[in-house]
Amino acid sequence: MPVLVIADHDGGAVRDTTAKTIAAALKLSPDVDVLVVGDNARAAADSAATLEGVRRVLLAQSPALGHQIAEAVTDAVLAVAEGYDAILTPATAAGKNFSPRIAAKLDVNQITDVIEVIDASTFVRPIYAGNALETVQTSDAKKVITVRPTAFKPVGHGGSAPVELVGAGADGAHEARFVSEEVVKSDRPELAGAKIVVSGGRALGSAEEFHNVIEPLADKLGAAVGASRAAVDAGYAPNDYQVGQTGKVVAPDLYVAVGISGAIQHLAGMKDSKTIVAINKDPDAPIFQVADYGLVADYKTAVPELMAALSAGAS
Amino acid sequence: MKVLVPVKRVIDYNVKVRVKPDQTGVDLANVKMSMNPFDEIATEEAVRLKEKGVATEVVAISIGVPQAQETIRTALAIGADRGILVTTDVDVEPLQVAKLLKAVIDQEKPDLVIMGKQSIDGDNNAVGQMLAALLDWPQATFASKVEITGSKAHITREIDGGLQTLEVDLPAVITADLRLNEPRYASLPNIMKAKKKEIAQKTPADYGIDVTPTLKILKVSEPPKRSGGVKVDTAADLVSKLKTEAGVL
Repeated sequence: MPVLVIADHDGGAVRDTTAKTIAAALKLSPDVDVLVVGDNARAAADSAATLEGVRRVLLAQSPALGHQIAEAVTDAVLAVAEGYDAILTPATAAGKNFSPRIAAKLDVNQITDVIEVIDASTFVRPIYAGNALETVQTSDAKKVITVRPTAFKPVGHGGSAPVELVGAGADGAHEARFVSEEVVKSDRPELAGAKIVVSGGRALGSAEEFHNVIEPLADKLGAAVGASRAAVDAGYAPNDYQVGQTGKVVAPDLYVAVGISGAIQHLAGMKDSKTIVAINKDPDAPIFQVADYGLVADYKTAVPELMAALSAGAS
Repeated sequence: MKVLVPVKRVIDYNVKVRVKPDQTGVDLANVKMSMNPFDEIATEEAVRLKEKGVATEVVAISIGVPQAQETIRTALAIGADRGILVTTDVDVEPLQVAKLLKAVIDQEKPDLVIMGKQSIDGDNNAVGQMLAALLDWPQATFASKVEITGSKAHITREIDGGLQTLEVDLPAVITADLRLNEPRYASLPNIMKAKKKEIAQKTPADYGIDVTPTLKILKVSEPPKRSGGVKVDTAADLVSKLKTEAGVL
């Protein structure tokens, strides 16, 4: 029986998270359809059609869908849900928002944040901030699943699935209306999908120091900027920089933690990174227990030295 | 305006979680339990609405073991007016929690539900959205700012890469994110006062809700351990190791 993936996209193209969720969906069924909901999202649907393993792409469009309003997305998904055994959504902020609403409308529990598909009804998911892994089995006829994208390798491009227009569901006067959006514009890569992440912690001591130390290092490495919850709570970095259980979960090739002690909740957000580097003056900081390379030093001297060493290596 | 705040008793966020050797779950024996941190933020927000004169009554509800009464007392000490405890030994799943809450709401008829965006044990981040779906109410999740004007709420939400503001008609379900507020410490007089506030004792059967789990937990295991690597002496060493050994630069 076919399964449906709800695409994460920016209007022009689907994001990497979609390709990763398709990879998870293919472990449930060879018949994977993708639903793109949006406003003027034809280009995103066309890009979904090029992903390998996609049988067909469904495109539902309306202004409310353009802002991913949960009530509107739920209506659009329910309108096509009948033909599917499972509905999978990447566990992004938008996906986490609407997917449980779909599950409740279908009268099933959601299987949240899946990191491994054992078979079409058995899944592994982290609980307690990643400090335990739960293997759950469902007997529901229709499964509603969110997928942690960092746990799956994306499918490639090279497909050519047909794109079909579908209705937007009962998209009428919703009781939740879009007012405005403030998206931080940045030339840096997006945190969740970056190959290199440089994160700063409370040791930085101020927003200026964070800006003057972490950001240049990130730019030198072509990295995204992250922060610990402690740094965010202290106001050194904006909340969307937060890496951890209560923020973003990342798994880059290289994660550089500067002045981060390594609280459990932070480790849950980055411990699946391929290579972890920690710079901290406290040799007993828990971050060193997960770091592949630890440098016990004050960041004030270590980061400039690191910048110099990177420059020397580049020439 | 009446505000309902669901609160959950969970393992304290500072406690190191240990998986039971028989892989049936997490060891909660003799472990410090507290109110779910996001629920504390939700309670604080509801109490602030009352202090501003927007809300007239704040009702805290908890579903769980009898000791969840302490979690309700915490909410009462922050400033909630009364509590409802629905006692069960079952680890109730999100959809069943949402159904129970809906049954309570059908009786209590609040104008607003504010709750934490997720509990730090099951990490499902689902009950608020599910409750809104069952009630056919609008939802505003991951709230970092709440403004109520008449029968509408303006909610600023945390989304990937920034913030989104929604206007929702009340009644609605709002779920609290970290930056919504900083919860107060309950003062001793308020803790004493909380002891005298009323907590209604209920069971799922009183609401006609079956809380039998629908998912089967096959096992709970430890995540693969990541072992610490090597210490390097200088930044130059670090760069050379990243290039040659790790191959990430």
